Amino acid sequence: EKAIRELSGVILSRGPKLCNFVDWKGHKVVYKRYASLYFCICIDEEDNELEALEVIHHFVEILDRYFGSVCELDLIFNFHKAYYILDELLIAGELQESSKRTIAKLISAQDNLVEVAKEEASSLSNIIAQATK
Amino acid sequence: MNPFSSGTRLRDMIRAIRACKTAAEERAVVRKECAAIRAAINENDQDYRHRNLAKLMFIHMLGYPTHFGQMECLKLIASPGFPEKRIGYLGLMLLLDERQEVLMLVTNSVKQDLNHTNQYIVGLALCALGNICSAEMARDLAPEVERLLQFRDPNIRKKAALCSIRIIKKVPDLAENFINPVAALLKEKHHGVLITGIQLCTDLCKVSPEALEYFRKKCTDGLVRTLRDLVNSPYAPEYDIAGITDPFLHIRLLKLLRVLGQGDADASDAMNDILAQVATKTESNKNAGNAILYECVETIMSIEDNGGLRVLAINILGRFLSNRDNNIRYVALNMLMRAITVDAQAVQRHRATILECVKDSDASIRKRALELVYLLVNESNVKPLTKELVDYLEVSDQDFKGDLTAKICSIIEKFSPEKIWYIDQMLKVLTEAGNFVKDEVWHALVVVISNASDLHGYTVRALFRALQTTAEQESLVRVAVWCIGEYGDLLVNNAGMLNVEDPITVTESDAVDVVESAIKRHASDLTTKSMALIALLKLSSRFPSCSGRIKDIVVQHKGSLVLELQQRSLEFNSIIEKHQNIRSALVERMPVLDEASFGGRRASSLPNTVSTSNGTAVKLPNGVAKSSAAPLVDLLDLSDDVPAPSSSGGDFLQDLLGVDLAPATQSGTSQAPKAGTDVLLDLLSIGSNPAQDNSVSTPDILSSAQDHKPAIASLDVLAAPSNMMDLLDGFAPAPPKPANNGPAYPSIVAFESSSLRLTFNFSKQPGNPQTTTISGTFTNLSSNVFTDFVFQAAVPKFLQLHLDPASGNSLPASGNGTITQSLKVTNSQHGKKPLVMRLRIAYKVDGKDVLEEGQINNFPRDL
Repeated sequence: EKAIRELSGVILSRGPKLCNFVDWKGHKVVYKRYASLYFCICIDEEDNELEALEVIHHFVEILDRYFGSVCELDLIFNFHKAYYILDELLIAGELQESSKRTIAKLISAQDNLVEVAKEEASSLSNIIAQATK
Repeated sequence: MNPFSSGTRLRDMIRAIRACKTAAEERAVVRKECAAIRAAINENDQDYRHRNLAKLMFIHMLGYPTHFGQMECLKLIASPGFPEKRIGYLGLMLLLDERQEVLMLVTNSVKQDLNHTNQYIVGLALCALGNICSAEMARDLAPEVERLLQFRDPNIRKKAALCSIRIIKKVPDLAENFINPVAALLKEKHHGVLITGIQLCTDLCKVSPEALEYFRKKCTDGLVRTLRDLVNSPYAPEYDIAGITDPFLHIRLLKLLRVLGQGDADASDAMNDILAQVATKTESNKNAGNAILYECVETIMSIEDNGGLRVLAINILGRFLSNRDNNIRYVALNMLMRAITVDAQAVQRHRATILECVKDSDASIRKRALELVYLLVNESNVKPLTKELVDYLEVSDQDFKGDLTAKICSIIEKFSPEKIWYIDQMLKVLTEAGNFVKDEVWHALVVVISNASDLHGYTVRALFRALQTTAEQESLVRVAVWCIGEYGDLLVNNAGMLNVEDPITVTESDAVDVVESAIKRHASDLTTKSMALIALLKLSSRFPSCSGRIKDIVVQHKGSLVLELQQRSLEFNSIIEKHQNIRSALVERMPVLDEASFGGRRASSLPNTVSTSNGTAVKLPNGVAKSSAAPLVDLLDLSDDVPAPSSSGGDFLQDLLGVDLAPATQSGTSQAPKAGTDVLLDLLSIGSNPAQDNSVSTPDILSSAQDHKPAIASLDVLAAPSNMMDLLDGFAPAPPKPANNGPAYPSIVAFESSSLRLTFNFSKQPGNPQTTTISGTFTNLSSNVFTDFVFQAAVPKFLQLHLDPASGNSLPASGNGTITQSLKVTNSQHGKKPLVMRLRIAYKVDGKDVLEEGQINNFPRDL
């Protein structure tokens, strides 16, 4: 928690024209700003900072496609879905898939499963409710 | 359906929390929700579990404790439905980490899920495993994951690959199992699998050298081909970013090639062409292209040398450096640091640009640029570079000043071409940023000043002038006060003026003013005030007319609450008042501090070098045996007729008194004070017994080859206040008792001849393994009495030796009595080299001199 607060302080205090990288406690933090939202990634010394920027952008584009012109509120109210998407993009910090289309397909397939399960559950309860009338 | 709803829906809760205006309100809402969730958990409420966990995760993200929810995750994971599992696994990853014991309980569920028919569930399990599994779980489930590396569905394969990365990181022994599956993965066409497979391969090579060899031989060509196909591939909308097909794949391939090519000429050869192609063909107007170029340059720099490629790489870096985009410049600076080791010339060409970057408005760029500049400094460019840096020091930010100062001082010290330049630059730095200057640095400055005898006048005058303008920088004040004390007469007489100086009139009283203001300054700390006091003592001798005034100033601190000041005040006052006859000898010019030895000790205490310093032990014949006790008493037994201390004795006393109380943060080794006091004690004993081997040992101890007096008492030495009290009050110092605790070592017969035997008993103090206290016993094996018995010993450089006075100098015959003598040896190579010692024993038999010499090689090994 402290880390997040400290880091936010540092990043928020940086001016607009400065580069997107910050050295922090032996690691590098790459951040990108989209309107009022900052996306930050922490990477090791050896990693490619420019690529990290691309990864951030990749993620944001996928979110955009999924939510349709994503905005901050979407992410707040649907944080779990954002996480699901992130889990299709990265595992343990490593890139998993470079095709946005593939990720979108996977997510929508899983969402479908959830929908189907819900329908089944509600139709079951309908039957029970009818039976107990 | 459960009639009583477990509270709000997720979005309502989020809305409620966001609507809170104060932290207290928020806490109240959260508490209420947590209570509801806890109740629901206790009731084993099935229907809203999903929602409750989501709420819990949100609360966790806000920073509140949520351990009570961990079991819920497990229950959800164990349920059969997909939605439950999905949120259960997410909860697992967010709320738990590998340190929690609860994690172990999940292993079974995960194992079942890994074998599930629904591939999405398998995916969920792999994802969770890859993110947080512990070493035990990794071991348990590794075979499953291995199997999944060959699953029919590519999505599972790619997840399994990334999961494997975590497994081999946690359990490196399992790495071998993955080599073969990975080789298959590298041939895939599906980008996702290829990317993850390459990543796994890279990490495998890092963990296991066998893997590295294998992949290097078998797969390098295949990978080069893949990269070539990728670079030449036509437009592919699915993977296109900024006109480049799948830059992520490009980058990963380049990384892997780097790992494979490093250190291996053949592999490096195989990749030359494709690297050249990527370096020249890639578009660099978009970030994606630049990212690829960056990676490409990294790879070129790391693999085995190919002249043409390297030139290409440096050119790219040059372009990056002048790019307007800050990101690119940052990245370029990073790379240049790497490039310096490879081709320093090329980097030097960009020096001007780099220097500009040091002044950039962006803190990250400044930092990198400064480090780079530091690496670029050499003898030819040090002057202009330093000038630029010092100029910038004046306008730089506070937080940057610390770094900048440290680097500047480092540069000045390493590369300074002549002393006067060194002193000038250091003065500038001290004036500007003295508070950031570390203690070792200004100590070194003092050493240099003392060595530059022709510059003494210049220095003290410059310091005086500097003090007039700025008196806030602590280190500046200290150095100035010291110099004024030492060279006050030069200041007043304008002696040794150089052509570049303007004349300056300073009266004695002005000089005293300056020092007085240093003491009176509220902000001066203990060290400064102490140094000022002793400077005043020196001045009282050099400017006799001001003596009275000085005495008044000194006396003011008699009642100081700080022990050090009080003590100095009393002692100096006493010297000024009652002991004028020795005062001038006491405060004579300090002997020149030996730069080489002092510098050696300093170099080893600099942070970026390994700090096993060996002290400055020169091969000295240490330890002249004393035949009388308590030599310290004699030196300043002032009521008696003191043998006018030879100038050497007085100087060393001067060192003793002039010692500044560097606080414990000194990086001098713990051996340094020992060395100082040891030799100091020995020398003081010489001073009062001229009959001893004075003429022989004094020059030995005092002089190294150049007739310099070694820095036996550096400014770091702490001649403990207790010693000083002893000197002036005539108390006999308690002989240092050898510690009798610590591990026992077998005693040895160190030396034996037909007439003499010497045995050593050893002991060490428990906390101090490097120092051994030796108790030596001499036994006379002949039938004649030995008189004037003197024992001397010498040790190599990595040891330090201290000899206590012997118990007597007459050894009765035939073992009817013994002489004991105590020695202390400190082994700076403790554990690596054993002790070794040469000895020389001199005595008289019937008036005839006898000399015995030998070497002791049979010390116990672990001393």
